[in-house]
Amino acid sequence: MKIILKNIEKKGYLPDINSYMREGGYKALKNALHMKPEGILSEIKKSKLVGRGGAAFPTGLKWEFTYKTKDFPKYVVCNADEGEPGTFKDRLILEKDPHLLIEAMVICGFTIGAEEGFIYIRGEYFKGYEVLQKAIDEACRHNFLGRNILGSKFSFKISLYKGAGAYVCGEETALLDSLEGKKGQSRVKPPFPTFVGFNNKPTVLNNVETFANIPEIILKGGERFSRIGSSFSPGTKLYCLSGDINNPGIHEIPMNVSLQDLLERYGGGVRGSLKGVLPGGVSSGLLTPRDLDITMDYPGVQKAGSMLGSGAVIVINDKHCMVDLAEKCVEFFDYESCGKCTPCREGTKRAKEILINIAQGKGELGDIALLKELQEIMFDTSRCGLGQAALNAVRSALEKFYDEFEDHILRKKCKFGVCPIGKDI
Amino acid sequence: MAELVNLTIDGYQIQTAKNTTIFEAAKKININIPHLCYHENLSIYGACRICVVEVEGRPRLEPSCATIAENGMRVKTNTARVRRARRMIVELLLANHPEDCFTCESNQVCELRKLAYDLGIRSLRFEKGRKYHYKLDLSSPAIIRDPNKCILCSRCIRVCLEIQAVGAIEFVNRGSKTQVLTFFNKGLNNVECTNCGQCILACPTGALREKTIVDEVWEAISDPKKFVIVQTAPAVRSAIGEEFGMKPGALVTGKMAAALRRLGFSRIFDTQFTADLTIIEEAYELVERIKNKGILPMITSCSPGWIKYIEHFFPDCLEHLSTCKSPQQMFGAIAKTYYSQKTGIEPKNLYVVSIMPCTAKKFEAKRPEMRASGAQDVDAVLTTREIARMIKETGIDFCNLQDEDFDEPLGISTGAAVIFGATGGVMEAALRTAYEVVTGKTLERVEFEQVRGLEGIKKANIMLDGLELKVAVAHGLSNARILLEEIQNGTSPYHFIEVMACPGGCLGGGGQPMPTNFEIRAMRAASLYREDEDKPVRKSHENPAIKKLYEEFLEKPLSEKAHHLLHTTYTKRGRY
Amino acid sequence: MSIKKCRQEFEKIFKKYPDKTQALLPCLYVAQEKCGCLTEEIVSFLAQRLDLPKVEVYSVITFYSMFSFEKKGKFVIRICMSLPCYLRGSREILEAVVEEALCIKPNQSTEAKKFTIEPVSCLGLCDIAPAMMINKKIYGNLTPQKAREIIRRYKQEKDK
Repeated sequence: MKIILKNIEKKGYLPDINSYMREGGYKALKNALHMKPEGILSEIKKSKLVGRGGAAFPTGLKWEFTYKTKDFPKYVVCNADEGEPGTFKDRLILEKDPHLLIEAMVICGFTIGAEEGFIYIRGEYFKGYEVLQKAIDEACRHNFLGRNILGSKFSFKISLYKGAGAYVCGEETALLDSLEGKKGQSRVKPPFPTFVGFNNKPTVLNNVETFANIPEIILKGGERFSRIGSSFSPGTKLYCLSGDINNPGIHEIPMNVSLQDLLERYGGGVRGSLKGVLPGGVSSGLLTPRDLDITMDYPGVQKAGSMLGSGAVIVINDKHCMVDLAEKCVEFFDYESCGKCTPCREGTKRAKEILINIAQGKGELGDIALLKELQEIMFDTSRCGLGQAALNAVRSALEKFYDEFEDHILRKKCKFGVCPIGKDI
Repeated sequence: MAELVNLTIDGYQIQTAKNTTIFEAAKKININIPHLCYHENLSIYGACRICVVEVEGRPRLEPSCATIAENGMRVKTNTARVRRARRMIVELLLANHPEDCFTCESNQVCELRKLAYDLGIRSLRFEKGRKYHYKLDLSSPAIIRDPNKCILCSRCIRVCLEIQAVGAIEFVNRGSKTQVLTFFNKGLNNVECTNCGQCILACPTGALREKTIVDEVWEAISDPKKFVIVQTAPAVRSAIGEEFGMKPGALVTGKMAAALRRLGFSRIFDTQFTADLTIIEEAYELVERIKNKGILPMITSCSPGWIKYIEHFFPDCLEHLSTCKSPQQMFGAIAKTYYSQKTGIEPKNLYVVSIMPCTAKKFEAKRPEMRASGAQDVDAVLTTREIARMIKETGIDFCNLQDEDFDEPLGISTGAAVIFGATGGVMEAALRTAYEVVTGKTLERVEFEQVRGLEGIKKANIMLDGLELKVAVAHGLSNARILLEEIQNGTSPYHFIEVMACPGGCLGGGGQPMPTNFEIRAMRAASLYREDEDKPVRKSHENPAIKKLYEEFLEKPLSEKAHHLLHTTYTKRGRY
Repeated sequence: MSIKKCRQEFEKIFKKYPDKTQALLPCLYVAQEKCGCLTEEIVSFLAQRLDLPKVEVYSVITFYSMFSFEKKGKFVIRICMSLPCYLRGSREILEAVVEEALCIKPNQSTEAKKFTIEPVSCLGLCDIAPAMMINKKIYGNLTPQKAREIIRRYKQEKDK
């Protein structure tokens, strides 16, 4: 069952407009232009599609909020600032099937009554930027973009906007600030971007993968989409397998797949023996071999005490020290914290310091309780998802691999020989 | 009628206007939710996260300063979860803060220190010992920035940009490397900073403070060769009492004079003396500009923060400025010429100290233009806070002092000079004199209520016999900017504009006691107007000591000598 | 002087983004590409044209890791230090590259400005971890040995 990669996985498929049209591309747009916005909204709501960026908000509802707002102009923004370590799915779509995204954004613009869209793309995605720019130019030439699209009264343009190296811009309101040419720092919510978004105007902001589902829903109907995979979160998901797995890569699978199947059938098995899995990148809590039978949909992963997020499944084998990995995770957030709110800015810094101390054999047992409390406070008070989730991985490591921390603290020993404990530093 | 919202806070039913924040709503039941980045005059920042509260149905704690009250909301501001979060957040700030409260300038006013105490933090769990030491910004003669003490609340940034329309500082870098810095870290003195010091008033810690010269003044006082005279600005007398626990706006002119004498100053003089002089020179300048079709509107020039602002941001409008020096600088020039000649004390032995509500005055005194006597006219400028500290250092029981008088002749002043300290005061004083200069008649009712009060921009049309004088008054540089843009666009209808850099005028200056807020400003203003009323003479040109000064020395307003000593020029500084 | 090189492109961008501030990031990209790095002159110019306080532009630049006031080497080696790459041995790759590329520490450039090594927080190349980029070119599935060979090839380019 392929929706998003149906073209990409075909041999010889190229990211140009001819290839796309040969596979039936832009038919969904043609259909949509003959539908009423309410009709499109109804199909999308029926599909039960939820955002694939991590928050899993119902897409139909999001579009409807913006559609109903009487404030103009409205905007469509695509979040292509994929930055979560372990996530590389959007890059694939951007580089290999850019027209899929463009078509979806035009449909969105038509539905909500917007005339302008932006794709905010990671600064490091040089190739994706070039491919997309070329695709936008092609779409303009074919009048899928531009004035009076395909003879209708509807006009729409898309601009590319390059990020400049800040993970936090993946957070939707930080992204909007960055798109306005400012520092990417989260805004106070509510109001949500659906009402007060880009330039303080109503804005639909969706992830690349979310958009990529739209043409299929228009063509085949929301009802049909809603029957794919898990009934809680229907449709397919792009799972990004990385780390200690034999076949790292992207797999599009309906969301009723189990973790075990994902790793064995699709990932070709674990390299070495499995110690843990971060199912939603470094922002998520660890799963262990005991969790292998969970369903990899949003509620399933949440029930196991973690989150699916963007689907960055990072596999960890038993050669790695959890103290060391926890420290690596925090280091990332310390570097990427925007610095605005106290708990995230100061909390990530202190957590890193504590974990380095433990790794160097200077830790105390009290540190563990302190880290746990810090995680709770950061989760409870940080301004945006970055700080709220920054210590998720650490927290789960503390709970599920307590003995490793105790080894470092009490016995001054790292049984994997990874940590600088006992070494000259 | 505005739409109302009903909510519950800590079990109390509250009705409040729509778009009120939880923080504001809680004030209605007398809860002042602990906070750091919130500031009543500034935009909402929502970043310190200390004011978090529980809102039923929301998964996380919400910042009360940034969360709008909604119908049916149930809020708890004081639960174990909230208290625990607040404590840890303050602990996190403390883990990154130098532990030098003993020697910190802000020891008595530090909000972080107070908060740590109030929240019951008695031990620090995070590792102590900072790993980095930022360099202090010592470039400015007025303001010191210590990034080590900064908690990144952005209050200084916001006051600089929103209230003062300057934008001299911003966050630089990100994450835990974030600092508040000037452009390319050039230092405050080398960017558009106006030295107004509003950032000092806004800072909750000791990261911003005046560059103190208390020790230099002590040294001068104990130097037997030096004859140290002191002048005090109008706004100081209505605020300094606050430093000694008196209620805001307590008028302590006589106690202040007594305290200064006890500190060892040889003569206690008054900047109000030269405020009267400024008014005469400025009123004559205005009348001359109107008569001779000179450049209008004319704008006042006694606020040095304002002067630096216009030099940076509107360099093409400098000719609109009155050429009059500020009262502080007129005092210095007169002291080291007229007073020196009168007393036979050589200028080089005369040491002029001024007590100002202002940090920008420190900069003004050092301007190269301010050496009419051949040397620096004003030797040392102390803020209200600094002089209060000197008084405390000596153990003088300020509150119980008997009133004493200023010394003659440079201590004699009128009611018109007193109100210089409040926004609109210079305008009103100038109108009292201009009216009589233009019409030749006696002004019976001296109060011009239209230019009083704390509204951002005040406008009035004043009839001077047949002449209709259009005037405007602005305080806070963002308000001044509006009037300047009108001038730039050629749409300004005014003849005369008064601008004070600081909100409220000098009484809200960057050198004043902390806190300085809206209510306190209003109370200080009220006491200045009261003192004006009580003065036997209320028009500058009727000041007998000033009359004598013209007779004995300056000849007449705008004379050549007056021009040399009392008027100045400005510098096009630009921004880019 | 550096303004001249960018003038034309700046004007195009100003036209494209009538909401002034939005032009900032694209202009900074252009300037950095044309001049090798950002300078005080560029910042002042953009601040004036976009009607922003200078320090605000400065602030924005320092917020983003891809903007720099220092001239970088001819080849910028970005080594991914994210968890997926770390699990696959990025630490050893970094060590190998640092050693091979002329004994400079991370975040520094070689004296002749040939190489700049930048450990970055994630490149989005987790499927070919451990990975690095040299300018815009991607290298994946690295071993310390492979990484050394790649650097060696770039080193030799000097002689051509």
